[in-house]
Amino acid sequence: MTASTLLLFVALLSAAGFLLGRKRAFGIADAHGGVKSLHSLPGHYGLYTAIWVAVPALLLLIVWQSLEPAILSELVSRELPAEIQELPPERVGLIMNDVKNLVAGNFVSSAVSPEISEAAEHWLSLETTFRWIRTLLVAGLTGLGFLFAWRLIRPELRARNRIERVVRVALVACSTIAIFTTVGIVLSVLFESIRFFQYVPVTEFLFGLEWSPQTAIREDQVGGSGAFGAVPLFAGTLLIAGIAMLVAAPIGLMTAIYLSEYAPRAVRSVAKPLLEILAGIPTVVYGFFAALVVAPEIRGFGESLGLSVASESALAAGLVMGVMIIPFVSSLSDDVINAVPQAMRDGAYALGATKSETTRQVIFPAALPGIVGGLLLAVSRAIGETMIVVMAAGLSANLTANPLEAVTTVTVQIVTLLVGDQEFDSPKTLAAFALGLVLFVATLILNVIALTVVRKYREQYE
Amino acid sequence: MEAATMSRDKKARSEQSAQAATRKTASSLFGTDRSSDVPDSTVGVITHDDPVFTCRSVDVFYANKQAIFGVDLDIGRHEVISMIGPSGCGKSTFLRCLNRMNDTIAIARVTGRIELDGQDILDSRIDVVPLRARVGMVFQKPNPFPKSIYENVAYGPRIHGLARDRVELDEIVHTSLERAGLLKEVKDRMDQPGTGLSGGQQQRLCIARAIAVSPEVILMDEPCSALDPIATARIEDLIDELKENYTICIVTHSMQQAARVSQRTAYFHLGYLVEVDETDKIFTNPSHKLTEDYITGRFG
Amino acid sequence: MSNTSNAKREKGAGSKTASRAMDKVHASLRKRYRAEKRFRAYGLISVVVGILFLVVLMASILAKGYPAFRQTFITLDVYLDPGVIDPEGSRDAEVLRLADYNRLVRGSLQIIFPDASGRTERRKLVALVSNGAPFQIQGLVMEDPSLVGQTLTLEVPASGDLDMLMKGRIDRSLPESERRLSDLQIGWVDTLIEQGRIHKRWNKALMTRGDSRDPEMAGIWGAVKGSFYMLVVTLLLSFPIGVAAAVYLDEFAPRNRWTDLIEININNLAAVPSIVFGLLGLAVFLNFFGMPRSAPLVGGLVLAVMTLPTVIISSRAALTSVPPSIREAALGMGASKMQATFHHVVPLAIPGMLTGTIIGMARALGESAPLLMIGMVAFIVDVPQGFMDPATALPVQIYLWADSPERAFVERTSAAILVLLAFLIAMNALAIYLRRRFERRW
Repeated sequence: MTASTLLLFVALLSAAGFLLGRKRAFGIADAHGGVKSLHSLPGHYGLYTAIWVAVPALLLLIVWQSLEPAILSELVSRELPAEIQELPPERVGLIMNDVKNLVAGNFVSSAVSPEISEAAEHWLSLETTFRWIRTLLVAGLTGLGFLFAWRLIRPELRARNRIERVVRVALVACSTIAIFTTVGIVLSVLFESIRFFQYVPVTEFLFGLEWSPQTAIREDQVGGSGAFGAVPLFAGTLLIAGIAMLVAAPIGLMTAIYLSEYAPRAVRSVAKPLLEILAGIPTVVYGFFAALVVAPEIRGFGESLGLSVASESALAAGLVMGVMIIPFVSSLSDDVINAVPQAMRDGAYALGATKSETTRQVIFPAALPGIVGGLLLAVSRAIGETMIVVMAAGLSANLTANPLEAVTTVTVQIVTLLVGDQEFDSPKTLAAFALGLVLFVATLILNVIALTVVRKYREQYE
Repeated sequence: MEAATMSRDKKARSEQSAQAATRKTASSLFGTDRSSDVPDSTVGVITHDDPVFTCRSVDVFYANKQAIFGVDLDIGRHEVISMIGPSGCGKSTFLRCLNRMNDTIAIARVTGRIELDGQDILDSRIDVVPLRARVGMVFQKPNPFPKSIYENVAYGPRIHGLARDRVELDEIVHTSLERAGLLKEVKDRMDQPGTGLSGGQQQRLCIARAIAVSPEVILMDEPCSALDPIATARIEDLIDELKENYTICIVTHSMQQAARVSQRTAYFHLGYLVEVDETDKIFTNPSHKLTEDYITGRFG
Repeated sequence: MSNTSNAKREKGAGSKTASRAMDKVHASLRKRYRAEKRFRAYGLISVVVGILFLVVLMASILAKGYPAFRQTFITLDVYLDPGVIDPEGSRDAEVLRLADYNRLVRGSLQIIFPDASGRTERRKLVALVSNGAPFQIQGLVMEDPSLVGQTLTLEVPASGDLDMLMKGRIDRSLPESERRLSDLQIGWVDTLIEQGRIHKRWNKALMTRGDSRDPEMAGIWGAVKGSFYMLVVTLLLSFPIGVAAAVYLDEFAPRNRWTDLIEININNLAAVPSIVFGLLGLAVFLNFFGMPRSAPLVGGLVLAVMTLPTVIISSRAALTSVPPSIREAALGMGASKMQATFHHVVPLAIPGMLTGTIIGMARALGESAPLLMIGMVAFIVDVPQGFMDPATALPVQIYLWADSPERAFVERTSAAILVLLAFLIAMNALAIYLRRRFERRW
């Protein structure tokens, strides 16, 4: 039986377990004087039985499925002819790959040698045996689980409480996934980064001024080993993020102030959703717009002033990114401004302050920590933004502060290094993970600071 | 940002009731660790010939603040006992101990002994689910489920498996509504949402919902405080009818109500049970100075 | 006002200073009101800038994209020459499949333009017709072999360049060397127009086909299906897990270090750049678990991990908005905590949870950066048929086409963006509808 039929089989048995368990509970209830004599409802006993039928079998199936390929591979490679076994491990690995491909029915590049096809047959026959064992074990476990539950059903059994414990464990498991995700991210970028730092020293990576990751294919090629100094990338990222914040911070903030303090209801009810649309547009659309509309316009405008503007200028990417972040900044500021107690406003108005004075001199200082927190989150977003810069910023790692020149960013380099077929061990690919690590750490720090600041701010006005 | 809002709300909710309770008591407790007026032991008659509940030296703490101090009290079978006292005196807190609703407040801790028919319900091994089926509760604010009237009443019997089929369930729902004096008003609109009823009707629906599980005891936490006088009168009549079959503990702010509906009255002050006795005795001839001050309206 | 203050001035020193203060107030008033107006204007300008940008963006994409929904076709009389298709007369499917249909297309063009001679000219002539035309004829013949020997009047798609010319995107006044169509070709096109052989029709290929190197044959259906499969995986994983996590954290979790840690984690994950999730997918799903590249399953997994925090956060907000009195009511009846939660609290929170999930799904649909990491940028012609087939996603298709130099692809990119935006608007509208329909005020 394949894994999916087996799953279906277990599901059906589990359903049967439910019905039988419930029936037994009803039977026992009648013998003891009604359903009220049971601790739990008959359905709970049914569910309890169903859980005992399904869960152990499923756990076994999961463990089995995750271990089977490794065990099969190990068994088959042990049976390979002695002369193959004596080959270096990489070669054996390649041969095993061929075997696996043959088993999967894929086309194998070279003519199939008899050893390989023999090994494949061995594999297949082992697999058949394994499947049988698997089916028997699963069937056995469902049966055992059923019998166990069946014997336990009696009026005193706290079936509901036990089911609830199982559900609770499942809920806890789901909530832990967030932790696993973070751990997964950290581990996946950390391991590859450590390997990268075996090729390139950390200091060179963090402080080097030269970035040209094109490693040579042949030893004697010009431009040899590539340079992995990431400072130009950091500078480019900060330049573009800086331009974006110069656009987004004032406009976003003023938008929030205008909409929450000044705008008539009608204006607000139109403007707010419109600006929220801006937040919902996919970044790839912004990238397209930046590359095809904004960049040529800026270039044309710059040239009419006699400036030389790169066709992939930092300015174009930064401007469009800024617009993308406006709704983010404005909605964060809106929340923060609304959290300032009305009493503060009333105090200022009672002294005869105008609206703008109240806003600038009372609300703004009061809301400042929250606004700063929001802006930090926006910076973190600008740094991590990928598609706009991939499409509208350049690839050349210039170390410059001139927004009219082309610069490249961390995210752009991650994408260019990893897109396309790459062998996984070259420093070039690994560099992407090192950049990913820097990106993750930088945004993590910004996020944690920002979230803490915002939380403290909110608690202050609670 | 959403996150920040959320954690705030979450905290607000989970600690809301607890905070409210602590604040209530803390405000009056701070500085007066033990008021000199409060008697060393409760005045009056704390025992009952046929007790359902036997409470001995019950203490309740919210975090580190003590809200109830060594309460000893018997609650008799099929009697109506009312608990009165100024705000924050701990009467609601004590009531919530009787079906362990205080379990829902994370920082609340109850010590002492509360026996229900000889079994200590404060024992951590006690399953609160059957306990609450035996000791039902009606809350201060009517809180029907946002479901139909029928479903509201049927919910309890369903989860406790009291009806084997639809016919039995129908019967339970009807008798419960009947006993709660609501059947006439709602029998043509059983499938309409319970939240659409008037406040008084909602509260009677909650009572119907509570008695549908056939509890032995019904705890009522200021059941009329959110109702108008006419609705209040109906609930009081209802309590009078219900005492034939149920034990009723009612917390109330209204001394008139206590006098009208209960046989015994317990007076709480700053977390102490000051006096408990026959209702007539309490209201005509209280033994303790604090009780007298309260019922004569000197404070409260 | 000033009269009154003059009158009061005599009354005493206290009122004297007060009125002097009033004078000062009046003196500065104009300046203050000017500042007030300026401040207000800044606000208004900010709002207008934002909206203006939105309008320009939408307008430019709409203007670029809408012509792509129509495509130029050329009417040709194609003689299905048995000598070319099946000289042996076997009508064997394999023979029919491999026949040289290109020659038929060329032949029918040459009947219209007999004076086109020489290799270069003939190649230029054929370049007016899409590379897809021979496949169209092949399809017809394979379906009905009895057609061989007849002459069919067919509408075949024109090449991308001709299409651009017809849509006015190629400037006839430019010097020949700067145009993608030569004078000779434009002359032929004019003849075709005169003969009434050129029409614009609904561009079916755009909506029904996979990617292609030829813009006139390229479609977004493959990408749409890829996105669909991914979203199914994302939804199936992130909704139940997100709801379960939210229920635990909101209803059951004790407040301790561990739950605080989970909470911080979730809030932080919601702000981690999406490309980092792509790195996670590459390292964990592809390299560690050995899942196939470019598969919607993996894309869906990555997007699920990415949207999970959003789903959890919005689900928790929905749970929090259910008033505690409902929980108390259920607990007071003797429902267990689990029963109170799953019978009462969760059903009441479901609309809010769904709203949050749909918004999360919309965000996932528009996401492309993490998908680049797991190989979903490959050039894939076939429309995916399942969760394991190589596929791409709609936003990634947009990214790929945006990179192509041909003008015809710019048009199609904009059209694909319009389709993507239509999906997003539909999803958000659904979310808003759900919120309005089921919103409960407590």
